[in-house]
Amino acid sequence: MRFVDEFRDAQLGRAVGGEILSTLEPGRHYKVMEVCGGHTHSIYKYGIDDLLPENVELVHGPGCPVCVIPMGRVDDGIAVALNDGVIFTCFGDMLRVPGSEQTLLDAKAQGADVRMVYSPLDALRIARTNPEREVVFFAIGFETTAPSTALTLKRAKAEGVRNFSCVCNHVTIVPPLRALLESPDLRLDGFIGPGHVCTVVGARPFEFIPADYQRPVVISGFEPLDILQSIHMILRQLKEGRREVENQYTRVVPREGNLRALQVLAEVFELRPHFEWRGLGFISQSALKLSDAYRDFDAEERFAVPGVRVADPKACQCGEVLKGVIKPWECKVFGTACTPEHAIGTCMVSPEGACAAYYNYGRYARDKEAV
Amino acid sequence: MSAVGREERVLQIIETARSKTPRFRDQQVTLAHGAGGKATRTLIEGLLVPAFVGPEGGSLAKLADAGTVAIDGTTLAMTTDSFVVKPLRFPGGSIGELAVNGTVNDLAMAGARPLALTVSVILEEGLGAAELKAEVEAIARAATAAAVEIIGGDTKVVERGAADGMYICTTGIGVIDPRAQLAPDRLAPGDTILVSGPVGEHGTAIMLARNEFDLDAELESDTRPLWAATDALLAAAGSDLHCLRDATRGGVASVLNELARASRVSVVVREADVPVSPVVHAAAELLGIDPMYVANEGRLVACVAPGAAEDALAALRGVPGCEEAAAVGEVRAEPPGMVLVETSFGGKRVMDELVGDPLPRIC
Repeated sequence: MRFVDEFRDAQLGRAVGGEILSTLEPGRHYKVMEVCGGHTHSIYKYGIDDLLPENVELVHGPGCPVCVIPMGRVDDGIAVALNDGVIFTCFGDMLRVPGSEQTLLDAKAQGADVRMVYSPLDALRIARTNPEREVVFFAIGFETTAPSTALTLKRAKAEGVRNFSCVCNHVTIVPPLRALLESPDLRLDGFIGPGHVCTVVGARPFEFIPADYQRPVVISGFEPLDILQSIHMILRQLKEGRREVENQYTRVVPREGNLRALQVLAEVFELRPHFEWRGLGFISQSALKLSDAYRDFDAEERFAVPGVRVADPKACQCGEVLKGVIKPWECKVFGTACTPEHAIGTCMVSPEGACAAYYNYGRYARDKEAV
Repeated sequence: MSAVGREERVLQIIETARSKTPRFRDQQVTLAHGAGGKATRTLIEGLLVPAFVGPEGGSLAKLADAGTVAIDGTTLAMTTDSFVVKPLRFPGGSIGELAVNGTVNDLAMAGARPLALTVSVILEEGLGAAELKAEVEAIARAATAAAVEIIGGDTKVVERGAADGMYICTTGIGVIDPRAQLAPDRLAPGDTILVSGPVGEHGTAIMLARNEFDLDAELESDTRPLWAATDALLAAAGSDLHCLRDATRGGVASVLNELARASRVSVVVREADVPVSPVVHAAAELLGIDPMYVANEGRLVACVAPGAAEDALAALRGVPGCEEAAAVGEVRAEPPGMVLVETSFGGKRVMDELVGDPLPRIC
């Protein structure tokens, strides 16, 4: 397929792998965090680790939309879905995320009308064709997916679709990154920046990382060559003593972001004072809710939800995995009590979650040589 | 212990846990139990097989596509399959055609020449007569094409809402070909893995036919009978043909996982050699689905001893509909029970069983 296959060229991959080798300082161990779950997925899916020397370690970050949803929010969603006459819509990954008692898939098996959609616009279409039913969209994701929710809500308002509403769980990427950088137990050498988020917000929001924390950031695309090249760019910054935000994904990411999308976000959403992140606890000003102008579409206003904070299961170490403090296999329940088919933690559910990616793709002994 | 050592130990513990017979512990049936992946295996191996197979074992315990029974020196293969596909008609086929091909293919994969079928239909009150007639004709046509006689059947009608249009169940009987020595536990290191053509077309065609994604593409289901391909492979490779599977629900990936586990071997797939049509590639890319997990209804996976692989592939390519057959991987000893992929990009990864279901009611 054009414009995709070019970025999966094995020969070029080996060439970039060679470039990476020549950029390394002998004996030094490098830890690079890929912020975005999409990168985590690509890294495992294409076996990018195999093209890196052992002393370049990739650490998985918090940017997996499903992984950061706390149990209480899943319970809220299920409570809405169980209302008579409700059609509950969400992305496929959400169906298997465990709440305190059950998943949305379980609720569906008990009779709730839960439907998987690929876009919030599909949910709006369902609302239009079922005017006698209440249609709810469970919105998740970072700044990448928030504009499509915002656009859908704008359209619903313009068309006067009264039977549509949204449980908003949209989050923003900068607050958890800042929290990570403040945490003393993690030494990172650089960041692979979230390409899709940057398509919307641009490069500027990440400038605090080199400015305040002296770490390089390279905004990266999602194909294997993109990721390898971004790792090379980070290592080159380190070698040359530079610390800045560079953009590898120039074919998609404008430095200023997408001003139109940002405008729509500002119109439809406002910052929540605080929001609970799975495993990371409450982070202030880290999530979005519907603005006053769109309050009528807020499912949390329209339906009674428990709104109760549910503590993460004791055995689950998703928080440490999301912060990159431990590797998935270092979690006590990884692969035994917690598997993709019976997940305890969210990181084992989403294909972008570090645990699921490692379990599904990376779960075999590999031997590598240090440089 | 070093980090690498600790990681390997964790992986070993996981493999031990995975190799145990799964137990059916779920509180209720979910769509995942019908997806052909891990949950389906839990249902079959954790609930059905233990209930039906006694301590002395039996044909069912082999978990082949068809069971066998010997009568006066002749070994017969028998199998049954139900069809609940939505929509009833889709580009390249319909539920009636699937119902015949699905069952004759399960016989063929056991090395049996299909002889006869029974057909049972469950009809929903209100189903249009034209739709019903079209499917009856489709069944008749497919049976003629597959050279099987329909020798019995049953009809039931349920109230509106208790079924979705129509469901079909077919049961088939065939006679095991004397050349065939096929079993899921016959894979040996060095064997070549063949697929009979581009993968993922049936599932993708159904997905597009449901119009849920606003994607339009020219793509037809690959539904077809596979006895001709089986016959050609048996003629070319004889007992060097170790195993056949049709890659239906769960796709090629699930088939390879089943075989690797049954034979206690590893299968290594070369991603770049797997035939995938441009339309399936593009749709899978857009929807975030791996074509290796998408259902086929007329594609087989064959495991052939190394000496016979070249002849088997040539013979397969001579069968109409299998012109694009390819050798996509090989069997190795280590790590047992696992399927690995050499990615086109030059890395390596696990290709596991399917967990969730991207799309229910595919067949």
